Amino acid sequence: MSTLTAERTTPELATARRAPKRRLRGESKLHPLVWVFVVAVMAFSLIPFYWLVNTSLKKGASLSKGELFPSQPTLENYLVVFQNPEFLLALRNSVIIAVVTTTVALVFASFAAYALARLKMRRKAMILTLILSVTTFPAIAIAAPMFSIWREIGLYDTLLGLIIPKLTFALPLAIYTLTSFFKEIPRELEESAYMDGATPFVAFRKVILPLAVPGLATTAILVFISVWNEFLLAVTLTTSPESRPVPVAIAFFSGTSEFDQPLGTISAASVIITIPLVILVLLCQKRIVSGMTAGAVKG
Amino acid sequence: MATKTIPPSRGPAKTSGRDRAERKLAFRMTAPSLVIMALVAAVPIGYAIWLSLNQYSVRTAGLSRFVGLDNYIAALTSSEWWAAFGQTFLFAGLSVSLELILGTAMALLLNLAFKGRAVLRTVVLLPYAIITVVSAITWQTMFQPNMGLVTNVLSTLGLPGGDVVWLGEHGYAMAVIVMADVWKTTPFAALIILAGLQVISAETYEAAELDGASKWQTFVNITLPLLRPAIVLAAIFRTMDALRVFDLPFVLTRGANGTESMSMLAYGQLRENRLVGEGSALSILTFLTVMVVSVIYIRFGGGNIRDVAKEEQ
Repeated sequence: MSTLTAERTTPELATARRAPKRRLRGESKLHPLVWVFVVAVMAFSLIPFYWLVNTSLKKGASLSKGELFPSQPTLENYLVVFQNPEFLLALRNSVIIAVVTTTVALVFASFAAYALARLKMRRKAMILTLILSVTTFPAIAIAAPMFSIWREIGLYDTLLGLIIPKLTFALPLAIYTLTSFFKEIPRELEESAYMDGATPFVAFRKVILPLAVPGLATTAILVFISVWNEFLLAVTLTTSPESRPVPVAIAFFSGTSEFDQPLGTISAASVIITIPLVILVLLCQKRIVSGMTAGAVKG
Repeated sequence: MATKTIPPSRGPAKTSGRDRAERKLAFRMTAPSLVIMALVAAVPIGYAIWLSLNQYSVRTAGLSRFVGLDNYIAALTSSEWWAAFGQTFLFAGLSVSLELILGTAMALLLNLAFKGRAVLRTVVLLPYAIITVVSAITWQTMFQPNMGLVTNVLSTLGLPGGDVVWLGEHGYAMAVIVMADVWKTTPFAALIILAGLQVISAETYEAAELDGASKWQTFVNITLPLLRPAIVLAAIFRTMDALRVFDLPFVLTRGANGTESMSMLAYGQLRENRLVGEGSALSILTFLTVMVVSVIYIRFGGGNIRDVAKEEQ
């Protein structure tokens, strides 16, 4: 592992930092077979997207024939989705759940991560291992008992009842990612704060936190995506449209009538909730890559 | 919470005093998170163990009796558990192997300098942003009889598979589930492996080149061994995730045609059949299975999580 961690690099930073001109001059000298592979990878990544959008633009015979290009593209499926009050409720629920969970996780994680990254501490390795192992817990082991507990105390099928168990996975993810970001901040800055008589906590608040804003933003994006994506807790702990988040609503999405082929509307709903995430990836690509590899390679 | 954690300031000159203050501060800063994690992870799992040792009446709420390990014995002697166990491992084995092979290939591509690399990186990352449920729906549209792209292309070309109801047969359904997973998560494996690739120094390659090693020899004898820790790490993360698979089969087949995973089986007993004791026992068995696999990985995997954690010190 030391080879990986000795030099803290993210794919993005690494290419930017070392990008030797020599190598760049050698660009586009790829073997034709490698180009074939590049095209194949792109096709595998993109064609399913195309087909999802394609399906969402078709209805009736055009849909059931599976036309490669919709002969009469229609936005009707999208209208159906936006007129569906349950879908709009689900969007609202997902936004509330993801924003609250991410905020709470980030606040607590920033303290813990600073201690784990910078301060002298007993059993640090054990704590980090423990935190990391929680992220690999199967969600069913949390969902099953939560289902019983929440029904006893009345938190079943509520937004709060979903936010709390979502922290089980959001908090350790945030701690781990932030810990590796905090480690990147040069120590000299804190040392000089100590020289000026600052306590470690003051150094954290006045020196580290402001510098860690990019890391906090990256962590927020990753935690947000992971909470937004989570399905098992959501499907176990909710039952009504008032508290169902988007993934559950889509999984149970049915057409306007039982004779309707719902795949068109389901695809439209899928496209609608995918667009913001695609924009997020396009805008924050570098952050997402560095966060994913920071949290992963560093632990 | 913020103001409470300011430590009593001791003289900065006394190192041992500052050490103690630092440890105290570290404890105060981590304690809230650890308490929360105990409440939302340890307490539920402890309670699940208790639930799994009881039998609950389906008809009368609150009526239960202690049955010891009966629920576990029932689960471990049932064909459903072993079928779900087998299917989960089949899924994990197939999807993780494909993701590591494809991920290594993608990482090697992304490490080359060529025009269009930035575009490739963006394109490859896109499926990662898709929520799993949507990934399942996307692949459902690809394989839907008559409507699907793959089914249409196959039948136009007269190839087998065109007239198959993919989600209606075990092997085909598993193939779709694996594909949906590979599509969404290979970027993750690729990026971890790419990070490992980029810390291999250029000198290593230059030396190999001077020795007259072929590109393939270089790859097998230098790149792969040096990449091993990164690949093992990607394998650990992907395997742990694959063993708790739920969303994909839930959306694609609802567990029909022998595609039920361990998590799905537990969910079904708990929510659909209202069997709290049995469902909890299955949840704990799923949990133990995943933990045993992670311990095996950590012991025998080579690149390991504990080393990473230790290095953090």
